[in-house]
Amino acid sequence: MNPELQGRTFPPTEPYVVGREKVREFARAVFATNPVNLDPVAAQAAGYADVVAPPTFAVVIQEQTLAQLLAEPGSGIDFARVVHGDQRFTATRPIVAGDVLTAQLTVASVKTLGGHSIVTAETAITDASGEHVVTATSALVVRGED
Amino acid sequence: MTTETARPAASAPDFDALTVGDLVDERVFAVSRDSLVRYAGASGDFNPIHYRDDVAKAVGLPGVLAHGMLTMGFAVQPVVDWAVDPGRVVDYQTRFTRPVLVDPELGAVVTVIAKIGQLDAEARIARVDLTVKVGEETVLGKAQVRVQL
Repeated sequence: MNPELQGRTFPPTEPYVVGREKVREFARAVFATNPVNLDPVAAQAAGYADVVAPPTFAVVIQEQTLAQLLAEPGSGIDFARVVHGDQRFTATRPIVAGDVLTAQLTVASVKTLGGHSIVTAETAITDASGEHVVTATSALVVRGED
Repeated sequence: MTTETARPAASAPDFDALTVGDLVDERVFAVSRDSLVRYAGASGDFNPIHYRDDVAKAVGLPGVLAHGMLTMGFAVQPVVDWAVDPGRVVDYQTRFTRPVLVDPELGAVVTVIAKIGQLDAEARIARVDLTVKVGEETVLGKAQVRVQL
């Protein structure tokens, strides 16, 4: 685990277009029952342009940035030893079908704890106008050598 | 999902009527191997420990596990329904404390109890705390949802 990763910001991802059927597919996969997640008419009645993504949908976009981090040759992170420790989503507004989103990861901290390393990665997700939508933060625990 | 305690209300919860400790909702989720495959496809997380027993065993796990993000994803649903408008959920965090083993035949039964944990009167944000268990074991720690009302 390379401690110099702390503070590193990766390049933004290619724009991700949030599709209505992707949102509905994800919503069904997490047992969503709120019609605003599933039905465009209900979403429009609630004041949204289209179906609203469930709170954890941002992980789909965040995942692309975590792949950048894990693929970084100098990271010293062995994917086989990574365990997902904590997760957080902090939203300015919900993701709505039709959004075009870009994600950018910053390594907030790298800590060592009893042979394990904990990497906290913050992915800021912004919309086509550059406005903040949601930040997805993951703490990844990299287990030490056995 | 096997039980549902209440239909979503027609309007948002009244912040001023809430008290710390109030029960928001209680739900039981039946997770099967099918649920894991469906979530893998929907999320793009195709780590084989979530659908292949041989791979799970090879890396020292007792069996196929649910994606932590799947458990996090459904555990918040009672709160999303309570909030009526999913956009009111402004913050959601958890710690993955224990994996959810999903038996090929029996699946896994996950119970979620959501209660009011804290009320920020100035910001009008209710913190809903989730207790997420398989049997007697807690699988998500410090699972907190902040709802703007």
